[in-house]
Amino acid sequence: MTAVAARAELFDCRDAFAQALLEIAKADVRVVAVVNDSVGSTKLGNLRTEFPDRFFNVGIAEQNLIGVGAGLANGGKIPFVCGASPFLTGRGLEQIKVDAAYSNANIKLVGVSSGLAYGALGPTHHSIEDLAWTRAIANLTIIVPADPIETAQAVRAAYETDGPIFLRTSRMPVPVVHPPDYRFRIGRAAMLRDGRDLTIIANGVMVSRAVEAAELLDSVGISARVLNMATLSPLDSDAILDAARATGGIVTVEEHTVRGGLGGAVAETVVTEHPVPMRILGVPGVFAPTGSPEYLLEHFGLTADGIRAAAIDLLSARDAS
Amino acid sequence: MTEARDGRVDDLRRRSQAIRARDLRMVYEAGLGHIGGEFSAIDILVTLYFGVLRIVAGDPTAPDRDRFVLSKGHSAAALYATLAEAGFIDPDELATFMAPMSRLNGHPDRNKVPGVETNTGPLGHGFPVAVGMALAARADGSSRRTFVLTGDGELQEGSMWEAAMAAGHFGLDNLIVIVDRNGLQQGDFTERTMRLEPLADKWRAFGWAVREVDGHDHAALLQTLGAVPFEWGRPSCVIAHTHKAQGISFATDRVEWHHHVPSDSEFRRALAELEAAP
Ligand SMILES: Cc1ncc(C[n+]2csc(CCOP(=O)(O)OP(=O)(O)O)c2C)c(N)n1
Ligand SMILES: [Mg+2]
Repeated sequence: MTAVAARAELFDCRDAFAQALLEIAKADVRVVAVVNDSVGSTKLGNLRTEFPDRFFNVGIAEQNLIGVGAGLANGGKIPFVCGASPFLTGRGLEQIKVDAAYSNANIKLVGVSSGLAYGALGPTHHSIEDLAWTRAIANLTIIVPADPIETAQAVRAAYETDGPIFLRTSRMPVPVVHPPDYRFRIGRAAMLRDGRDLTIIANGVMVSRAVEAAELLDSVGISARVLNMATLSPLDSDAILDAARATGGIVTVEEHTVRGGLGGAVAETVVTEHPVPMRILGVPGVFAPTGSPEYLLEHFGLTADGIRAAAIDLLSARDAS
Repeated sequence: MTEARDGRVDDLRRRSQAIRARDLRMVYEAGLGHIGGEFSAIDILVTLYFGVLRIVAGDPTAPDRDRFVLSKGHSAAALYATLAEAGFIDPDELATFMAPMSRLNGHPDRNKVPGVETNTGPLGHGFPVAVGMALAARADGSSRRTFVLTGDGELQEGSMWEAAMAAGHFGLDNLIVIVDRNGLQQGDFTERTMRLEPLADKWRAFGWAVREVDGHDHAALLQTLGAVPFEWGRPSCVIAHTHKAQGISFATDRVEWHHHVPSDSEFRRALAELEAAP
């Protein structure tokens, strides 16, 4: 059994998010929440009960959701604007660009149930473009936490850091990948494991699977470094370039389309500064078929075994050349 | 009411109960779905498919077919069960609802399922597309009509009122919107979440001819939907007063049944009620 599987209690990171936000709201009256008929799906029922005057439900209206959030920020509030990621980012994209990022509002956007978490509800509900869309926008910090420990710290970091921030959380059950003394810092990748032969860079739901893949590779004598790139923007290019120089090959893996997300961001850095062979794992530019979240991750090879296979493929291609 | 008419209404009622039972089983077996808004909409869907729409199951892309758009795409199971009852898809396929590689997603996909006109799921999409369909029909000089079923919570989306304004402006009397006015959305009553009333006045102010109807009374639905356009030169809006999870006594009007999946015992009790209903 792998180390990750051994500590395989699984968590829905929305719980850590809701708990952290409640604590922050208790300590700071400026903190408010704005939702779009999503009290249940964001798990913010407790916050609403405790602070009904600081809780705004704008109904099913994502454009208004973000605009209202930006206006609250203008009034000195610290709004956490929370909704399902596909609709928050998809419907509200221009509001994110103009009202949040371009206006440099102190607004915190929280997209829940991102990636493939909605499974069989289908491609309308999959949020596998959200990172590409938001990454294209200037002046927007993007954080994709991997486990409950990092989620809670990311909520606090978003609160403490002035300016627009997009926090992309999942509802997919994940194990804890960080030690209790882990310190999340915006813009800093975390090395979860060092290695010589190649580097696996992941974020969000895929981090635990990347660690498992490294353990599988270890058992066949391949030493893989694993980076959790929890901040997608601004990108930790030092960590990426160090990985490129030290290990000579990179596999990225994300619960997102391969177009323009983590893989794209890493490739942009590597290609311009220190080209090394790469493999980019994710949803290969298609609308997913019907299936549960687990089924779809399996279908697209977004598993420890899929990452292992991509790593071996990269190494054999590199050795052959 | 004539006897023939009565027979027709009985037939619609029977189909509605059969579709409710089928839908219940689909959601129970898939472990996912939206029974509340499906059961509020089923009598409307059945009246449309078996009493109003000029469509032929064997020819689902006939250019002059009436168009039906399910703007509240989360009621997909009800649409699939209705399309099966109407002969567009094989009833056996309903058992694959949301199963791996099934054509039957949790939200309808026109590239997979015959009879689906446009892909919906995120609220606020179907209606604007329907306005375009109605404009195309008018440009073609076609007598085909476009019917749209929207949620009431869905009317909180700005795109819905952009579409309403456009249809009023263009005077699209070949366009009919039916609002499934069940009074509930995902988390609460609509009026406690984001007020919609006075709803009929809003539609009138946007240039629509409006009628209100009991959305579970097949005879009234047949009569109302058979009388469109209500006014020449204006689009028609039917506010259908409905109940979420209508037909399951212990679930009716309960907010959690928006997407509650029945337990074994709830499933058996609900099925017994549906099968016992006249
Ligand atoms: C743009 C968008 N935001 C949020 C959702 C999540 N959602 C699905 S159904 C629903 C409630 C819909 O309420 P209503 O339109 O009244 O439908 P009904 O009561 O008929 O089920 C919500 C918020 C969605 N599908 N699309
Ligand atoms: Mg409703």
